[in-house]
Amino acid sequence: MFATYLRRELGNRTRQTVIVAIGMALAIALVIIVSSISAGVKNAQSDVLASIYGVGTDITVTAPAAAPGDAAAGPQFEFDSGAGTTDEDSGTTAISQTRLQTDRGTATFDASTLDEVLATDGVAAATATLSLQNTTFSGELPDFTQFQQGGPGQGGGAPPTTGGADGAGGSAFDVESFTVEGVDVTATAVGPLTAVTVTEGRGLEAGDVGALVAVLDATYATTAELAVGDVLAVGGTEVEIVGIVASTSSDATTISNVYLPLDVAQTLSGSEGLVSTIYVQATDAAQVAALATALETELPDATVSTQEDLASSVSGSLSTASDLVGNLGTWLSAIVLAAAFVLAILFTISGVGRRTREFGTLKAIGWSNGRIVRQVAGESLVQGLIGGVVGIALGLAGIWVVNLVAPSLTASTSTGGFTFGGAAPGGAPADGGELTGTPGFGGGGATATTTEVVLNAPLAVSVLLLAVGLAILGGLLAGAIGGWRAARLRPAEALRSVA
Amino acid sequence: MYRLTDLTKTYRGRGRDVVALSDVDLDIPSGQMIAIQGPTGGGKSTLLQMLGALDRPTSGVITLDDRSLGKLGDAALARVRAREIGFVFQGFNLIPTLTAQENVETALAPLGLPGAERKRRATEALESVGLGERLTHLPAELSGGQQQRVAIARALVKEPRVLLADEPTGNLDEETRDEIMDLLEGLWRDRGLTLIIVTHDSAVAKRAQRRLRIKQGKVTEIESKSAIPA
Repeated sequence: MFATYLRRELGNRTRQTVIVAIGMALAIALVIIVSSISAGVKNAQSDVLASIYGVGTDITVTAPAAAPGDAAAGPQFEFDSGAGTTDEDSGTTAISQTRLQTDRGTATFDASTLDEVLATDGVAAATATLSLQNTTFSGELPDFTQFQQGGPGQGGGAPPTTGGADGAGGSAFDVESFTVEGVDVTATAVGPLTAVTVTEGRGLEAGDVGALVAVLDATYATTAELAVGDVLAVGGTEVEIVGIVASTSSDATTISNVYLPLDVAQTLSGSEGLVSTIYVQATDAAQVAALATALETELPDATVSTQEDLASSVSGSLSTASDLVGNLGTWLSAIVLAAAFVLAILFTISGVGRRTREFGTLKAIGWSNGRIVRQVAGESLVQGLIGGVVGIALGLAGIWVVNLVAPSLTASTSTGGFTFGGAAPGGAPADGGELTGTPGFGGGGATATTTEVVLNAPLAVSVLLLAVGLAILGGLLAGAIGGWRAARLRPAEALRSVA
Repeated sequence: MYRLTDLTKTYRGRGRDVVALSDVDLDIPSGQMIAIQGPTGGGKSTLLQMLGALDRPTSGVITLDDRSLGKLGDAALARVRAREIGFVFQGFNLIPTLTAQENVETALAPLGLPGAERKRRATEALESVGLGERLTHLPAELSGGQQQRVAIARALVKEPRVLLADEPTGNLDEETRDEIMDLLEGLWRDRGLTLIIVTHDSAVAKRAQRRLRIKQGKVTEIESKSAIPA
């Protein structure tokens, strides 16, 4: 009787059933899509952060950035008179100079800080790195000794009119750079190399301490046309390329173009005993904030940053998407869901009102309040479930579309300009040769690195269960309120009703 | 069967009280056919609702076989209506989305019978009122007289002790009225149930053993036949 009556009533009120179901379906589809996109954005953010800071990094320790105008910021190139190699036939002098030093805006601190960090309660693992920039200035200029001596047909003191880059006395200069990260090859549980995978050759090993070996970022290796077995000049010293690594996030580059053993990087850059970042993994993920506070107490001169601080440093369309989904998406879902619930409730109450005499008759022939409430609730529940099923289908279709389109989002991080005030390594420029910030010799300026990530919308069973739960909740809520209205009807009054 | 003692029912409406029944004293033995007449607003339907355990009195006592209906809770009253009292309404009051058979089954739903048993009894009830070939028709597909027959079948399918009919022929033409009254009278006679009919129609009222008049909430006896008419 229950099922027959329910089926007939819903069939008799098709328009109402459809309207309620559509409202519920739209709300549930929105919840599914927003939840999935939110999870996708979170995954993308985690990927970006992992590609920059490594997997398992809960906290980073850095030193405050050097002030602008500091002589230590930026490579300085000086050439003595007579420097370079001169070709007397062409009258051209070729000059070249390489500097390996810390990133502009990156400050260093004593490597013994790592011991203090490891001695702090709550630290599961820690490792130190040194972020460097290898910059080569090279160029061609005319042989100025001709200028000083006065060339054939020239009077003394006239500028050269031959030789040089253009053969007419002109000059041309070029600046190339790549980033270098010195990593502790004996402590690899945490740090930037936890987010990479070896694609050729091998990675850096504990036995590489003191060895002139390097691994390259895959993208940089391709751009620079370097392969395993080649040699690369770093700070004027040749190192052997023993491996190529790529980020575990398919569209991200690793944080540096070149990786060296830490002691080698320190020696080549003249930064013995110095590091620029300590990566820390907490023993308990729930106690990260407490650990950060403990480290701040232990290291009052350092900048201690948690994952939340690091996440806030990521800008770009990924960040915008995160804000959109987190704020607008969530609120929109809540509003549409509330509207769907209200619609279901109002239609149910309206339906009870129109069926006053019907319910009065049923009470007169012996139906209890409970039986009538169950009937009304059952009808609402089925309406909600219909909406839920349609909503799940719409939600799955929406997820399918998002994954089909697979929009690319950008995540930008900048060195020297992090919002938490410290300096930390950023993503390496893909080609290693161009500085996207303000180029210059010893000048300041932030280096911005942009990583592209593909947005996916993962489907979690928990989201589907949430959707089903919401559909049931909506139906039960409408049914409970409508049923309560029906139960309150006095049979005598109901039978007197015109409705 | 029924005993009403100083029964009063007052409704509150728009700041004033309306007395629908005033100090009614009435005894209704089992097996009687009673007609209740009176002007509109006199309290006929209210009296029927009291007898049908659809409402509680404001004061006084109404008992059905020594059970005080005014003191029973909602669930207990529903059980009394489900098992012992059948209703027939002027407007038929069938569920428009259910077939004739399903409408009759609604009266059996509270009894917790298996589905097959419900269907069997509903079919028999409809056959007993001459609608054996209209089981799957919706109310909209039946004439007024047929709808009232379905309502009578619904009222009697649970084999009640009391059948209460509120203007059962009010919406019917004369010929159909007579058919319905013949049916009701025949069922009353065959089953020995107590039949109480509220009616404006004197032709209907004259069929009853006992005629009561109710006016301004007060009940008076008009006629009482000692024997059941042949």
